[in-house]
Amino acid sequence: MGKCRVSNNSEPLKIMWNGVWGSNPALVQLLGLCPLLAVTSTVVNALGLGMATLCVLVGSNAAVSLIRNWVQPAIRLPAFVMIIASLVTSVELLMQAYTYDLYLVLGIFIPLIVTNCAILGRAEAYASKNPFFMSILDGFMMGVGFLLVLLVLGAVRELIGQGTLFTDMHLLFGEEAKSWRWEVVPDYPPFLFAILPPGAFVVMGLLIALKNVIDSSLKAKQASNAAPSGSKRVRVTGPVT
Amino acid sequence: MKSSPYSRDGMKTPTVMRWVLAALLPGYLTQIYFFGWGYGVSMLLLLLTAVLVEAGVLAIRKRPVLETLKDSSALVTAALLAIALPPFLPWWMYVMAGSVAVLFGKQLYGGLGFNPFNPAMIAYALLLVSYPVAMSTSWALPLGLAEPADILTASRIIFLGDPLVQLDALSGATPLDTYKSLAGVELSDGIWQKPIFGEHVALGWEWVAMAFGVGGGLLLLKRIITWHIPVCVILGLSVMAMLFGWDPDRSVPIHLHWLGGSLIVGAFFIATDPVSAPTTTLGKCWFGIGIGVLVYVIRAWGNYPDAVAFAVLLMNFTAPLLDQITQPKTFGHQKPNRTLIKVQVK
Repeated sequence: MGKCRVSNNSEPLKIMWNGVWGSNPALVQLLGLCPLLAVTSTVVNALGLGMATLCVLVGSNAAVSLIRNWVQPAIRLPAFVMIIASLVTSVELLMQAYTYDLYLVLGIFIPLIVTNCAILGRAEAYASKNPFFMSILDGFMMGVGFLLVLLVLGAVRELIGQGTLFTDMHLLFGEEAKSWRWEVVPDYPPFLFAILPPGAFVVMGLLIALKNVIDSSLKAKQASNAAPSGSKRVRVTGPVT
Repeated sequence: MKSSPYSRDGMKTPTVMRWVLAALLPGYLTQIYFFGWGYGVSMLLLLLTAVLVEAGVLAIRKRPVLETLKDSSALVTAALLAIALPPFLPWWMYVMAGSVAVLFGKQLYGGLGFNPFNPAMIAYALLLVSYPVAMSTSWALPLGLAEPADILTASRIIFLGDPLVQLDALSGATPLDTYKSLAGVELSDGIWQKPIFGEHVALGWEWVAMAFGVGGGLLLLKRIITWHIPVCVILGLSVMAMLFGWDPDRSVPIHLHWLGGSLIVGAFFIATDPVSAPTTTLGKCWFGIGIGVLVYVIRAWGNYPDAVAFAVLLMNFTAPLLDQITQPKTFGHQKPNRTLIKVQVK
């Protein structure tokens, strides 16, 4: 892995890098924290909400990109919100139809995807200025970045909180997934703090700290490797642009 | 920030911390006398954990380890935790509390002086939120109701969770908890007959609280704390108890509030933490009143039996604001400078 850099100026690679790491919606932009912190108490909750957000993000970016030349700038935000809200409603109805138990567990946080700033943020910052396929890719990669953080957070909290992994996966994958439950630590005394919201804040803070440590060590490595003459590498770390 | 004139009393942090430790002694020894050596074992575990974790973090942060350890602040945090926590928790809970207090409560914010919250109370709240059952049933019964645990028994309970030791005969709920759960079910005369309340207010607990009061008096004499915070904490709680808890048949009476829980040690030793409390005189008063009121609110209408930890943490949030809006008038000025946002005037 040594040097994590995007060598040429190719847009898709940059989008992928930014979505998953460089300007990850959860770890760098700190958007969508409300669902992120509220429902990541287990892996299955995280996966469910992450997938729902991913679908909405791809759909909204695609739609916003298509209408970007026809909507007046003055009313663009209501239009975006309308698109996002209809997509969220569809996702909610789909979850109600196919994963009813998970729908009950996630509850209010599915409709709340409408207010997830990460989605509106991508519509405004990327999809409203860029062509169709690039916007879809951007939505997908941002969604994947969000989903990955949710999954890590959910896994860590489930592990520390109740000593298991993949509990209740049948909510998402049907009855046979009940056996996926993996009791990592047998007879684990439940650590409620990790399951409650304050634990989410602490784990999230530690994840952000970890990312910053990795980034700064990568940067130090790059700085020591870089030739003093001006190279034309894409800047992939550092503040969001 | 207090305004000038400043006067130096020549007391540096390590001296202050050692005086605090000394002032804790009378209360702590009374605890051991009435409740047995569970407090001794937990104190050892917590002191050891706190010092080791502090040294480890300082080494990672490349700070001077021995120099910083000498300020004894980790010891004070550990000692407060040992006094506040129930004496019969499993050993790993003490280790967890000690490490969380030092690591998350203090060092992650940058070390002593930068922590916005009382580190000991952070750890206490963490355990209370995470293990509510253990935290409300692992209290030792006082001398007179049970034989106080000797070192061997206490270690067996703490380290082995020994099923041979009859824990039920040694431990139970606090008097506050007992009264609260019985109030409304029985009349107050009937409740006071319960053996846990003893002859006066709360068997054992009353003497512990008073001994901590004596230690607090020592801190006042040494001018390590001022009277404002402790007095206002007790005042705030008392006013609330007189307003809402005047009927002993339905709610906990005021003297049990004073002596049946951790109010006194909280008022003198925990709320007065110089780092996380306000520094202006008026700010200290509001801070203390806030803690007193919150303690009553949480004790009377909340689910947690003893509320000092949450009350102190909640008021710690307000300390910077209180400091800002209670700035005293500086000499030569007409009005005190209490603006929240400093506007630069050209």
